[in-house]
Amino acid sequence: MIAEAGLVALWLAAALALLQFALGALALRTGREEAMLGIRRVAVAQGLLASVAMACLIAVFAASDMSVKLVVENSHSAKPMLYKIAGAWGNHEGSMLLWVTILGLAGGAVAMLEHRLEERTLAATLGAQALIAAGFYAFLLIASNPFARLWPAPADGLGLNPLLQDPGLAFHPPTLYIGYVGLSVAFSFAVGALVTRDVGAVFAKAMRPWVLGAWIFLTLGITAGSYWAYYELGWGGWWFWDPVENASLMPWLAATALLHSVTVLATRDGLRAWTVMLAVVAFSMSMIGTFLVRSGILTSVHAFAVDPTRGAFILALLLIYIGGALALFALRVGTVRQGTTFELLSREGGLVLNNLLLTVILGIVLIGTLYPLVAAGFGVQLSIGAPFFNKAAGPIALALVIAMAAGPLIRWRRDDGQAVLAQLTYPTAAACFSGAGLVVLAGWIGLLPLLGLALSAGLAVASVLPLVGRNLRRTPMFTWGMVVAHLGIAVSLAGMACDAAFTTERLVAVRPGEPVRVGPFSVTLVGIAPVLGENWSGLEGRLIATRDDDTMVLRPQQRFFANPPTTTSETAIRTMLDGQLYTVLGAADGQGRWQLRLWWKPWVTLIWLGGALIALGGALSLIGRVARDRRAALREIWA
Amino acid sequence: MRGAALLLLLIVATPAVANTPLPSQRLANTELPDPAQEARARGLMETLRCLVCQGQSIADSDAAMAGDMRALVRQRVAAGEESGAIRSWLVSRYGDYVSYDPPLSRATWPLYLAPIALLLIGVALARVSFRRRR
Repeated sequence: MIAEAGLVALWLAAALALLQFALGALALRTGREEAMLGIRRVAVAQGLLASVAMACLIAVFAASDMSVKLVVENSHSAKPMLYKIAGAWGNHEGSMLLWVTILGLAGGAVAMLEHRLEERTLAATLGAQALIAAGFYAFLLIASNPFARLWPAPADGLGLNPLLQDPGLAFHPPTLYIGYVGLSVAFSFAVGALVTRDVGAVFAKAMRPWVLGAWIFLTLGITAGSYWAYYELGWGGWWFWDPVENASLMPWLAATALLHSVTVLATRDGLRAWTVMLAVVAFSMSMIGTFLVRSGILTSVHAFAVDPTRGAFILALLLIYIGGALALFALRVGTVRQGTTFELLSREGGLVLNNLLLTVILGIVLIGTLYPLVAAGFGVQLSIGAPFFNKAAGPIALALVIAMAAGPLIRWRRDDGQAVLAQLTYPTAAACFSGAGLVVLAGWIGLLPLLGLALSAGLAVASVLPLVGRNLRRTPMFTWGMVVAHLGIAVSLAGMACDAAFTTERLVAVRPGEPVRVGPFSVTLVGIAPVLGENWSGLEGRLIATRDDDTMVLRPQQRFFANPPTTTSETAIRTMLDGQLYTVLGAADGQGRWQLRLWWKPWVTLIWLGGALIALGGALSLIGRVARDRRAALREIWA
Repeated sequence: MRGAALLLLLIVATPAVANTPLPSQRLANTELPDPAQEARARGLMETLRCLVCQGQSIADSDAAMAGDMRALVRQRVAAGEESGAIRSWLVSRYGDYVSYDPPLSRATWPLYLAPIALLLIGVALARVSFRRRR
């Protein structure tokens, strides 16, 4: 019954999406108030119905209803409850349902909360949002029905990939999807503004909070995903330039560029066409990412189903939406005035540089990700990975860091070169001193890590300079947000450089009692004991690590899952103020020795701490903007 | 299945290794005694693709085949072979697919040209935003 209710909700939501689109067209043509009122209500109802469908899917997973095909294929009654629930989106159909649910809810949120945009533009925006939703509802209902039944129902399910049986599954996909799909709002805004020829500062101010919101979730999702991969995969790496990771990085890069260009549009009414273009590109990257991951064109832990018809369906949707938006852009770009032009040395100029560099990095990641697929089309098999991305994007990213240090110190409209250079004295000194100090103390650690650490010191100093000499209690919240986010980049960069420069690794086979040195630690395997989990059995190593007077116990595990039969290694990580000790238990060699993989990673935690700071900066900025809007709206009412 | 087939291929293709399975197994998951050699092996392993995995290098994979390839790399590094020679030896057996660092060739020049081209196009586009100097 629950499955059927979910299916009905999904069909109704799809019907409402079509109605929403029709009402949007009607409101645009006639400007009738009933249509405007109607479209807002329909958008909210559509979001709610999609949520009902999602809730039904979670319910059948939680109840382990083995007459539902999706549950049989991806769940097992002996699984812990957390993974039964999270398992609802740990598969192709469920994750696509989560995708459209968030799409519907985002549209509903716009309908309820957006009061600044001109009514006709809002109608066009909600119409565009409905059109996107309709396509993805069709995809679910025609090619990926999550509620299909199986008859006769088997006794139990096949289970969930043990790599996914981790608390990370409960948070990482929803967070990332809110970010991914939240960008659809920016896309629809851009389409709406193009339809009504309403690209300007008001449009930018209305769009900005939505972009910020999506960007915060994307940042959190990528940061959490990176940490998840780091501890789950068990080889100490935190970023692999895997196509699926790139698929999440590309929307983030585009959204970051959009966030900065929309500020130029809101403040100075410049970069009009470019900002609209970026809004289209950002969500296009989300859809390309969805296509890459969901089409089965890539093999990855994220690619649940390999089914060519699904790939073709998503590709068709992708071409229709991106192509349609670009065609509209080409038709209307003539009516979008260029907007204000700038002096080269101005805040606007700095933000143009930011956009230029971010877009080039985006282009490099996109080309590097798609190139092997295109080459395969020509019969050439090749792989593109870290060496290419580091070589091509690394130098540009470092240039971006320098631009980021200088940008917030430059005044709007026009500034004086001497004044900017004078402001950069302290950051430059910090970069030079830390660089020289590192070479003296640590010797040659490699060019990129050295530059990374020196520049992160400079950026850290530069990023707090906008606060110097201000009354901190009267400094606007969004200025704090910028400071914290830029500081977060410096912190994260420092973590990456430290990991590259100072990590020590030991891969050894030892007998119990033999100490191993890794960095400043002495690690001894004391014993191995069997352990039992809810749906796995395993072996647990007891490691004692000592540094100076500090002693700690770590318990890495080997887990054996029965459904499906898999072995995973469960990393044991000890986080200290100055880094992480990362330990993995390997196989026995039959002669009484056990393989151990040990890493001492000084300051590696800064990578994710920086990510959290970046997201926090975004949140402060969002709160600041929304609060200021509220106050402005209140003033208008009283006036 | 594919993994087993490739593994078989690996063993058949390298009789020298097949004759000495024990040290090879050991080198899959334990480091070389010389830290400089191990660092060189590690650098190389990070840029070689695990052929049966999901977008991972052989340095980051639990797959049996990745272990065998690690052992192979360590063995050859320990024998004093140049990193470039080991890479081309692997490429000659498994094709360009095995290397994450594709060489500049007829198939890859657009890839290496792209970053520079993007930067130039970007600068040209950005110029429009700026006021002309009088």
